Amino acid sequence: MIDWTHFTPWTSLMGGLLLGVSSALFILLNGRVLGISGILGGLIPPKRGDSAWRISFFLGMIASPFLFSLLAPSGLASPPRIDAGYGLIILAGLLVGIGTRYGSGCTSGHGVCGLSRLSPRSLVATLTFMSVGFLVVYLVRHVL
Amino acid sequence: MGHLRQRFSEFVVGLMFGVGLIISGMTDPGKVLAFLDPFGSWDPSLAFVMGGAIAVGFFAFSIAKRRTTSLLGDDIHLPTSNQIDKRLVGGAILFGAGWGLAGFCPGPGIVSMASGEIKAAAFVGSLVLGMVLYEMVEHYRHKAHSIPPLDSASTYE
Repeated sequence: MIDWTHFTPWTSLMGGLLLGVSSALFILLNGRVLGISGILGGLIPPKRGDSAWRISFFLGMIASPFLFSLLAPSGLASPPRIDAGYGLIILAGLLVGIGTRYGSGCTSGHGVCGLSRLSPRSLVATLTFMSVGFLVVYLVRHVL
Repeated sequence: MGHLRQRFSEFVVGLMFGVGLIISGMTDPGKVLAFLDPFGSWDPSLAFVMGGAIAVGFFAFSIAKRRTTSLLGDDIHLPTSNQIDKRLVGGAILFGAGWGLAGFCPGPGIVSMASGEIKAAAFVGSLVLGMVLYEMVEHYRHKAHSIPPLDSASTYE
């Protein structure tokens, strides 16, 4: 059943367009693929001459909640819900950290940029992590 | 600082991308998990995020593919690897499992941490730890078997 009370097609579409515009600007202005795990992974460990662009991008991201609070003082229609406990959060973080490095990308690098440039590699990666995401949620919520 | 325009551009893009994640609902793990749960009370909103982002990205990358330098004069770095192998699929499986367990992927985790969510900070901390572990394992494998290390800069998406 579709959860109509939480369904936000317009703000999600607007947010998505903004993600697309950001990715477009990054490749056209800076010549870089906007993939978060790749930008972060390149800082571990940091390499001389290849860190400043990564750091200034992250400084912008870190400032974004502040800008959003100026643009929308009343905040989001429904505030974020984080149901997972710390144990699960830490396990999830490890899996995401290791997985995005072996898989060379995450939702932004493969899911947005990779699919936008019609990369078969990114299509395989995106179908894989989406399917596993659906499967894990199914198992956690409906089987276990 | 000889690259002030570049640094400014990267900062503004990071800012826009973060605001996009917040507006879209990606920084709400509850919403992400509701998207991944079509057999429960399903919230399909995030399909619109992906659709909107790719609709714009497609045009940008089709232009970028035909250029060698960016508008600010830097090289355009597009991934060159086209190998579909165990690393790619295995990594995507681990990532999908982590994403489905907590509802966070890297970008939203970082933005949510910056907005003061302690759990998001725990997520980002262990995400970084996972990346450090990856480096250590690959470093060890390289030393033990003299397997040439992958050039992460060129294979990354």
